[in-house]
Amino acid sequence: MELLIFYPIGTLCVFLALGVVLNKSPIGSAMCLIGMMLGLAAVFAIQHAHFIAILQVIIYAGAIMVLFMFVIMLLNLKGDDTVWKTREGNTLLTGLGAVLVVGILYKMTEITGGGEFDSPTPIQETFGTTVKVGTTLFTDFVLPFEVASILLLAAMIGAVVLAKSKMDD
Amino acid sequence: MESTVPLSHYLVLSTTLFVIGVLGVLVRRNAIVVFMCIEIMLNAVNISLIAFDRYMNLHTGQVFSFMVMCVAAAEVSVGLAIIISIFRNKPTVNLDEFNIMKW
Repeated sequence: MELLIFYPIGTLCVFLALGVVLNKSPIGSAMCLIGMMLGLAAVFAIQHAHFIAILQVIIYAGAIMVLFMFVIMLLNLKGDDTVWKTREGNTLLTGLGAVLVVGILYKMTEITGGGEFDSPTPIQETFGTTVKVGTTLFTDFVLPFEVASILLLAAMIGAVVLAKSKMDD
Repeated sequence: MESTVPLSHYLVLSTTLFVIGVLGVLVRRNAIVVFMCIEIMLNAVNISLIAFDRYMNLHTGQVFSFMVMCVAAAEVSVGLAIIISIFRNKPTVNLDEFNIMKW
């Protein structure tokens, strides 16, 4: 069952991610990204991370992508999105990217062939429920949780200040 | 025992998506698409966090990916606000033309 869900959705996610990079229009990229995030929510769900899967749908595919859509449509990019352009004179960057790809592919085949991760810990009945995640979040990780709330508050204020039309009033 | 996907396959998916994100950041020059590629990278990291979390049978990985989502939300809101305010001065989102911080 898990196999039947994981492999098609994983392949789909990879192709949608390629679609984000290769798409000519930002709206098309955003649509591909929404599809990829929904697919990843399914990947999280089959790993018993139901809470994170729901958060993925609500926060990423919902809130963040709506923000992207707003900005894309607000900016009204004429001409910028008709042709697919790579950055000029970035042979160095492309070379570095190629080195990264080759290195990671090599490491990937090594890991997959090695089979050092073969026996997972047997899963508990209550694993991944919101109760368990919430208990962990509010016992061991209270301080990071509070810091995250301060971070979000600061980001909200920062976004409002930055996007204000006049800086001096 | 029911057949499950081995951990390494999740890691392969994670690395593949991460590399696609890195290449997108390197190759594209539309600032909004570059931001989307950063989102792909953050999501790829979340996959491996969740996979290790399932593998180790702890809940720490889920809490970590929750934190990653918080940071991603903050980063996107501030980043898009910066793009809007740059766009107001110079009507483009082409990264090659954003050179006012260069000296």
